Amino acid sequence: MKELMSGNEAIARGAYEHGITFASAYPGTPSTEIMEEFAQYDGVYAEWCPNEKVALEVGIGAALGGARALVVMKHVGVNVAADPLFTVSYTGIEGGLVIISADDPSMHSSQNEQDNRNYAKAAKIPMLEPSDSSEAKEFIKIAFRMSEEFDTPVFLRTTTRVSHSKSVVELEDPKPCEEKRGTRYDPSKYVMVPAKARQRRIVVEKRMEKLSEFAETFSENRMEINDTKIGIITAGMPYNYAKDAFPGYSYLKLGMVHPLPRDLIREFATKVEKLYVAEELDPFIEEQVRAMGIDVVGKEVFPYTGEFDPGTVKKAMTGNESAGGNLPDLPLPQRPPNLCPGCPHRGLFYVLGKLKVFVTGDIGCYTLAFMKPLEGMGSTICMGASIGMAHGMDKALEENGKVVGVIGDSTFIHSGITPLLNMVYNRSNAVVIICDNRTTAMTGMQENPATGFTLQGKATKALDFVELARVLGIDNVRVVDPFDMKTTRRAIKEELSREGPSLIISRAPCALLAVKQKLPGRTPLRVDPDKCNGCKACLGLGCPPISWKRFEDMDVKIEKKTKKQEGIAFIDSALCNGCTLCQQLCSAGAIEEVVENE
Amino acid sequence: MNESVRSVLLVGVGGQGTIMASDILSAVMISAGFDAKKSEVHGMAQRGGCVSSHVRFGRKVYSPLAGKGDVDVLVSFEKLETLRYLEYLKPDGKIIINNEEIYPPSVNLGDTAYPSDTIDFIKKHFKDVKVVDATAMALRSGDKRMANTVILGVLSSYLDIEADIWEDVLKESFPAKILEGNIKAFRLGRGE
Repeated sequence: MKELMSGNEAIARGAYEHGITFASAYPGTPSTEIMEEFAQYDGVYAEWCPNEKVALEVGIGAALGGARALVVMKHVGVNVAADPLFTVSYTGIEGGLVIISADDPSMHSSQNEQDNRNYAKAAKIPMLEPSDSSEAKEFIKIAFRMSEEFDTPVFLRTTTRVSHSKSVVELEDPKPCEEKRGTRYDPSKYVMVPAKARQRRIVVEKRMEKLSEFAETFSENRMEINDTKIGIITAGMPYNYAKDAFPGYSYLKLGMVHPLPRDLIREFATKVEKLYVAEELDPFIEEQVRAMGIDVVGKEVFPYTGEFDPGTVKKAMTGNESAGGNLPDLPLPQRPPNLCPGCPHRGLFYVLGKLKVFVTGDIGCYTLAFMKPLEGMGSTICMGASIGMAHGMDKALEENGKVVGVIGDSTFIHSGITPLLNMVYNRSNAVVIICDNRTTAMTGMQENPATGFTLQGKATKALDFVELARVLGIDNVRVVDPFDMKTTRRAIKEELSREGPSLIISRAPCALLAVKQKLPGRTPLRVDPDKCNGCKACLGLGCPPISWKRFEDMDVKIEKKTKKQEGIAFIDSALCNGCTLCQQLCSAGAIEEVVENE
Repeated sequence: MNESVRSVLLVGVGGQGTIMASDILSAVMISAGFDAKKSEVHGMAQRGGCVSSHVRFGRKVYSPLAGKGDVDVLVSFEKLETLRYLEYLKPDGKIIINNEEIYPPSVNLGDTAYPSDTIDFIKKHFKDVKVVDATAMALRSGDKRMANTVILGVLSSYLDIEADIWEDVLKESFPAKILEGNIKAFRLGRGE
């Protein structure tokens, strides 16, 4: 049976067809749907972990117990998991271990665009890279077979366009997978003290040699010899862009990007007159080809940054840009993503934006609050950085009441607990706020250790942030409702004036979660045009339903309340969530509930 | 460029059903016996940002993305968004525009103006431009949320695929209680 599947769905399907029953992960775009899909297949165990390091360690443990384990993360997640990663390369595994690294060229939903092929090289772990959904489904199976054959973890790298584009996949029946689960005492392989690690270090080099030999005959490293004037070495999605632009040229299409098939590359180079490497991000293949003494054209014509498309490849190789029509440049208003109507973060960041403090931020929906008009965040580096940075800045400034660290609930669990402990230990005076919207909102509302449910919907203990903070040694802990801006503002000001670290939990459910859980809705609001005095206070919330209407653009005549008034605010009641933040800011009392049947 | 591959680019604002429409279009192409690929970016889509989805079909499709100047039909669910993607069209590319304005934050704040002469500008540069009052037509089918199905109906009249194939895919795509309205909306758009 044929089906259109995203790369992520295909990876989940491939794992299921191969009989994989164990997976662990932390959600992150563009990898998230792999686990959401996999978790729904019959007979599988799948869990969200607090972070990627834990997810990998869970996978390693399962693999040591004989399971074939799948571990899934986005590219920056591999940074978090790097510590166990580099050493599990030494130990190898008993069952099987495949790690998905979902990279994000162009940073559609990420803070950097690191090229994780470098991890494969640095950690001495083989890496496969599919170019579409059909290959994704096949390569996950190959990855597990390689893991077992070579006693090694194996990387499967996707990029956003592989993960999130849909193409045709041929479905197959799942094969039962025989696993010998159990434990085996083998300290020389699994206890990585220096003496043992030195021995395993040699095993790793021998394994890489064998993998290099394997790469030479691996059927997914294949030559397509057509017009031999130009030959292109490529892998993953760029293969498709190049084939689209130049179907007639010759190709060396690499299914495995580490280690490279050196003899095959040499052979291909001799067959073609001019050799190119088409790869997004780093010159990973190009540098290795050059090191072999082969002349090749790469990053001198292809961009270092961003994802490609067929036009990028065409332009790089011919110098010509194809574009539709001769269009003048238009100054178009940007349309950045925004916090949803009724988002609990809006009130909090409105308050923070008005206080004279530096806000160290973190990774989540609330990062959007750095934009106008809220301007409530001054930094974003990585998951968990808000807390360590708030403390560091507080120490550097030596002045109380200047720094607030803000972090989401899932992000706090991911990597905020350790730096919070550091704040207590090192006598910080910074204030930390957990934006507790009761879900992992940014990636699409996944469960986490504070929600009380597992990935597969089983009820479990829910982490209590207040209790946790107390145990860590924070004396000043309080919970506020961010939809009550006055109280929220007072609470933050009080905590800023205190000695010692403070934790505020700003708690209200994500607006989308409230819809999903069918929580009772609020009555939408409207502006009474006869009361609005045009002060624009409500516009400071940057709430999507609220807009500004100038008098000269209106059909109806409205009486001015002040001489300077130039227009009135307008609320699109169809979009309004009724959260009342604008009402709290309206000194004219012009914002009122929509009366039903109006 | 592989001449046998055709490209439709669907653009809009998060929440308008752009991705759903592109899912339906690609399923139709598969049903009609083509190879098809589609690609969009997830993640920020739900939060009111721009959404674009490429659908490409033909005998054999490699790239799920069309390059600039590759697109045969640009389907825009929002007026301003049309302008953002014009450079993707072939010089003789066709355009379907939903006559709907959704203000971005800077316009809501009164900092910038919403472009006023969009349609005239587009018509000056492209010959085949169709402006559709999809929301009004959807209301006639029972629900303004079916505007994207109206637009799909219009698009279907540009592509040489039998209506039965479209309607079979619609039947698989919508739950029973809103199916009838969507079929109505589709036929209205197709001009039946």
